[in-house]
Amino acid sequence: MKNVKFTVALLAASVAFAGAAAARDQVQVAGSSTVLPYAKIVAEAFGETFPNFKTPVVESGGSSAGLKEFCKGVGPETIDVANSSRAIKSSEVEACKAAGVTEIQEVKIGYDGIVFATDSSNKDLAIVPKDIYQALAAEVVVDGKLVANPYKKWSEVNKDLPDVEIAAYIPGEKHGTREVFEEKVLAQGCKDSGAAEAIKGLVADEKEQHSKCVAVRKDGMAVDIDGDYTETLGRIGSNKNGIGVFGLAFYENNADKLKVATVNGIVPSTETIASGEYPVSRPLFFYVKKAHIGVIPGLKEYVEFFTSDDMIGPDSPLAQYGLVAAPDAEREEIRKAFEDGKVM
Amino acid sequence: MSQVISAPAATARAATPRRDIGIKRRYAAERRFRAYGLAAITFGLLFLFLLVSSVVSKGYTAFEQTMITIPVEFTESAIDKDNERATNPQKLMTANYPVVARNALAKVLGVDPNDRASMRAVGGMLSDSVRTQLRNIVVNNPSVIGTTQPVSLLAHGDIDSAYKGQIDLSVPETNRKVSDKQVGWMNQLAESGALAGHFNTGIFLNGASSRPEAAGVGVAFIGSLYMMLIVLVLSLPIGVAASIYLEEFAPKNRFTDLIEVNINNLAAVPSIVYGLLGLAVFINFAGLPRSAALVGGLVLTLMTLPTIIIATRAALKAVPPSIRAAALGLGASKMQTVFHHVLPLAMPGILTGTIIGLAHALGETAPLLLIGMVAFVADFPGSPLAPSTALPVQIYMWANEAERAFVERTSGAIIILLIFLVLMNLGAILLRRRFERRW
Repeated sequence: MKNVKFTVALLAASVAFAGAAAARDQVQVAGSSTVLPYAKIVAEAFGETFPNFKTPVVESGGSSAGLKEFCKGVGPETIDVANSSRAIKSSEVEACKAAGVTEIQEVKIGYDGIVFATDSSNKDLAIVPKDIYQALAAEVVVDGKLVANPYKKWSEVNKDLPDVEIAAYIPGEKHGTREVFEEKVLAQGCKDSGAAEAIKGLVADEKEQHSKCVAVRKDGMAVDIDGDYTETLGRIGSNKNGIGVFGLAFYENNADKLKVATVNGIVPSTETIASGEYPVSRPLFFYVKKAHIGVIPGLKEYVEFFTSDDMIGPDSPLAQYGLVAAPDAEREEIRKAFEDGKVM
Repeated sequence: MSQVISAPAATARAATPRRDIGIKRRYAAERRFRAYGLAAITFGLLFLFLLVSSVVSKGYTAFEQTMITIPVEFTESAIDKDNERATNPQKLMTANYPVVARNALAKVLGVDPNDRASMRAVGGMLSDSVRTQLRNIVVNNPSVIGTTQPVSLLAHGDIDSAYKGQIDLSVPETNRKVSDKQVGWMNQLAESGALAGHFNTGIFLNGASSRPEAAGVGVAFIGSLYMMLIVLVLSLPIGVAASIYLEEFAPKNRFTDLIEVNINNLAAVPSIVYGLLGLAVFINFAGLPRSAALVGGLVLTLMTLPTIIIATRAALKAVPPSIRAAALGLGASKMQTVFHHVLPLAMPGILTGTIIGLAHALGETAPLLLIGMVAFVADFPGSPLAPSTALPVQIYMWANEAERAFVERTSGAIIILLIFLVLMNLGAILLRRRFERRW
């Protein structure tokens, strides 16, 4: 009996090492959790529409983790596509090159809005970047000097805002959303409030000036959420005065529980984001390893299927889920760039 | 003589008050201790009850799925306009089945087919999975074309949530996923009996899906099963062999002490470290495929081994030395002693350790993250080398979904995982009963 077991164990172990480098017959995708729901919809529809290809496998884990996996090298044991909620950084392109991934194709799939929302029992909320900056910055300028943020209530920042304690649930630093929040909201608010000017007078280094503008207070009034939007939703459910940062798609799926805030007087919607009126939005991307096209079955078809108007057009399932479709001309350009094999 | 002396002594003792030996205090201490124990158990049970009741109360609705049963006309014009299915079998695969389903529902509801906005709302009541549902019917039996068949179509996840009362219908129409029109139709269909809850077989059988109504733990279940088999087949013999050698045969010296310390340390290493190791060794070095159950099983085997070795060594140590001495005394060899006498007696302990290790491995997600098993996998894995995922991973991924209908399905998947665990532990208890020996 024991002998049989040992033989089985040995067999299993040898299969494990001998079966190496078996050719892969499905597309392997990894990356951003913001892009994940869209990629899942496309992967599923792809599997249903092309019965001769397997459904692509979509891993989640974040933009940076996905790009890191992507830049591991070329070959069937590495992933084919990296989803990203931000553009690839030049340092990542360098890392890719060093590992042999010299040809990367960038594909933009559309835009994603970032919205501020509170519990649905609250009154309507209208915010501007300046208020958010003053409420959440680590240090603000008072009488020409940088001091630790003294504000405790929203009404102290702006008397039109509710008279409740500041509690904001913002994406943690590992999220691509955090970068957009810093650039489009905090840095903008810093400029609008005149703090940027004052900081310029106080700090010489330009990089330092910027990081002063986007530094978030750490006294518990602004809470980093490292999980997903469901966690932010849970926090808002338990603290009705809290304000949370969500993706537009997530908000639209939970609009009966949340009340969305206007930014600069604009209500976030696919229309206002597409037209550029709503200020806080960002493009979403995925990156394709050109060396894998023609090697991994279905990869080319997957990308073509993803970029078709049936998927990312204004009347597509992705738009229904909450993706803001790129304008017609831009979508045409995206398709053409991929077809021509344009690399970064 | 002794009686004479003892009699007055006895009376004298009875007269004086009893010497205080703290009997009351000791009884009180015992009562207190029992109360503490009872409180601890009540506390534990209370939390277990809270956990289970919250999961069950949120999750039991996941086992019911709203279906719309209507007569569907498989018209020739909609599926195969030019009658080329004999020459081009692809035609039946690519036909526009969602429109067939939508038209059927519109007919039942009496909606004008030219009212495009309403037609779109009608289409929104059905799952996108009707495409595969109807396609499978037609491809398996092309003779249905031209006939009308009653079909139970999957309702859209939002309709499912609304029907179960999980979407607040009192908020303004723009703030929810289902429109007033759709709610009206839903009630109309429910009254006529066409729309009703059915037992949700899909949650057990389907793979992952972006549509909650079509999502299931099937792929995850198979993936977990593969991994458990790999862990059992590898870690039980290796673990038992290692512990028997260390406990019964190896000389006791500095070197074996060092091994023991290391094994105990490994048992406490965070599981993500095994994931990193798996990524480096099995995927990057050995070139095994990403997201495969085989790699997951190997990583979990490494993680489970220390637990099994420690439990097995403890079980072997607990066998009284008299058994060994008796066996050796009767002329058994060292090996006969171990395999005929010591190992059978240690079996219940070994099995308990193995099951605890397996249950631990079943619940792990962290090491699977790095080897690509925290993923959306829709196709069933045909072998341990094909991509798959695991039950706890499916729970984690559903918990992060935006759709309301995934909330109950997350709890539903937790219930399935708990049942799986209970069955495993039950199996362990039964096995232990069988192997139980006394001395």
